[in-house]
Amino acid sequence: MPQIFHPSANTLSRLTLFGMAVGPLGLLIVSYLLIRSPYQTGVRVIREQPVPFSHEHHVGGLGIDCRYCHTSVETSSFAGLPPTHTCMTCHSQIWSTSPMLEPVRTSLAMKQPIVWTRIHNLPDFVYFNHAIHIQKGIGCVSCHGRVDKMPITWKEEPLTMEWCLECHRHPERHLREKREVFNMEWAPPVPEQLEIGRHLIEREHIEVDRLTNCSVCHR
Amino acid sequence: MTHRDPESDSAAEASPVLAPGHTYGTVTDKISALVLVRPYNWRWFLGLGVGFALTMMLLLAITVLLVHGVGIWGVDVPVMWGFAIVNFVWWIGIGHAGTLISAILLLLKQDWRTSINRFAEAMTLFAVACAGLFPLLHLGRPWVFYWLLPYPNTMALWPQWRSPLIWDVFAVSTYATVSLLFWYVGLIPDLATLRDRAKNRWAGYIYGFLAMGWRGSARHWHRYRTAYLLLAGLATPLVVSVHSVVSLDFTVAILPGWHSTIFPPYFVAGAIFSGFAMVVTIAVPLRAAYGLHDFITTRHLENMAKVMLATGLIVAYGYLMEAFTAWYSHDPYERFVQLANRPFGPYAHTYWMMLTCNVFIPQLLWFRSVRTSALGLWVLAFFVNIGMWLERYVIVITSLHRDFLPSSWAMYHGTVWDYATYYGTLGLFLSLMFLFIRFLPVISISEMRELVHETEQDQERRAEQLSTEGTVS
Repeated sequence: MPQIFHPSANTLSRLTLFGMAVGPLGLLIVSYLLIRSPYQTGVRVIREQPVPFSHEHHVGGLGIDCRYCHTSVETSSFAGLPPTHTCMTCHSQIWSTSPMLEPVRTSLAMKQPIVWTRIHNLPDFVYFNHAIHIQKGIGCVSCHGRVDKMPITWKEEPLTMEWCLECHRHPERHLREKREVFNMEWAPPVPEQLEIGRHLIEREHIEVDRLTNCSVCHR
Repeated sequence: MTHRDPESDSAAEASPVLAPGHTYGTVTDKISALVLVRPYNWRWFLGLGVGFALTMMLLLAITVLLVHGVGIWGVDVPVMWGFAIVNFVWWIGIGHAGTLISAILLLLKQDWRTSINRFAEAMTLFAVACAGLFPLLHLGRPWVFYWLLPYPNTMALWPQWRSPLIWDVFAVSTYATVSLLFWYVGLIPDLATLRDRAKNRWAGYIYGFLAMGWRGSARHWHRYRTAYLLLAGLATPLVVSVHSVVSLDFTVAILPGWHSTIFPPYFVAGAIFSGFAMVVTIAVPLRAAYGLHDFITTRHLENMAKVMLATGLIVAYGYLMEAFTAWYSHDPYERFVQLANRPFGPYAHTYWMMLTCNVFIPQLLWFRSVRTSALGLWVLAFFVNIGMWLERYVIVITSLHRDFLPSSWAMYHGTVWDYATYYGTLGLFLSLMFLFIRFLPVISISEMRELVHETEQDQERRAEQLSTEGTVS
């Protein structure tokens, strides 16, 4: 009986078996890494904006409070994007001829709001409310990072469900006094934070068990 | 000769598991020729064509489902489980006979399993493939089916371990994996035979590739036997576990008619019952079309009929006990479902058809003439196939359509898409079966050779015994 395969088929078949075992595993690892990478989450990815607005300059440099522009953050689900008039409170007087601010002046003249590129966009099936987070003592920095150091705005956290749940399961790791909510500099003190957090949970009547109910975020 | 039971002896002599006069060569020639020599004929093309057309209908039904969602099916409040679950349980049940034949009967050294195990295992695989489609399509968003698996995900979510639906995922996927391995390992020596006998160069390459370098050396056989027995050991608990888990889908719910402890054993018996019915449904036309009367003898038909009778009686006992428990419990809801709604409610015709197919007609198997008549048995098996489908329909629909809130009571009917999906899976099953018959040996060649060997030894031993007894008397 003649041999139908060349001896090299032995090596080939071993390679095939190896590939069948390692290939799918490799694919799983690659997809695991990919869905957590900035390619998928957009973390620290710079997006082009109509006006290169610098939080670093306005917040870090000039010391403008978050609420000066994001007016509804304490009372509404949506933090609010400033209307062109807010920009113009200063920019009608200073840098009023800067070419960089041309879209702002056009917006005012045409009565058309500036179309910003959205950075933080949750899926429609997620109900998110800024007000409750502010009221119970979650600092802006906890989710948005050091905005006062961002020359152009980026997303600091992945906003995945895993990330949301990390805090909803253990809010004591992130809670702070309400007076520190808008403070960019305040960082949780390392050994005492859990104590502070547990105290705040009690004081603010935060029912941690209920924070992970499906309907808290999916209504 | 008083030490031997004359009745069993005469039965064995009347219909052996292998017709006399076969040698290693004739067995190999006959079975391998089905794949390698026999020309294509119009009957095979017709069968495959029908199956293929129905498979295309399945693809159409799935496409429409993906575009429009499960709303195209008949499921609606309160009947949220319709054809999809009925078909899933029916198909998965059918698969069980293959595993029983290949694993349990192997370990019990039942030689009559040899000529039916290969296509019964293939039947198992194809049935599981059809079964697996239904819960996936029923998800609503089948493209995220992998959410059923526990994997590190960005949602920080684990499947709900307290739900039997997740047990199903593991039961069915384990079952599919072990069945596939068992079938494939069993095929390897036969694939090597086909490789060596193939005249066509490409056929030789393909069978050779699949045979994975099998040379039939003693070491190969040793490892093969070990692996085969280990897999049989792995598959044995699956015969019982898979359909038990499927039955828990129902029993864990607190609905009257579902919430019952008898479900796991009664489902397993029903699965083997329907599975053997399907094996008979395939075996009878198969042996007629390819003249396999020497290998699939009357003995096989009779043994399968006996298994059907036994498991059918367990199923009948299950029906009886469901009704008895309802009556004995004095639970008004259980009594309503079991004693009023099922036998006399709007689905009464389904219920009585089910009893006719599963309980009354199979009583004919008490007659030897029915058990040994290929045609009679085939027709009877067909009734059982239908009856077992109706059983799942009765269980799923009658418990749901009259729920605890009478204002939401409604009737359930499958839509045209329900039927298209169901008949589509029948077509898929048929197509796979026809392809299998054409391209792989339907009967295990190596095990048949073994059987020839054992029969010869047996005959020699008998002859010896007879001659010694003759000299003594």
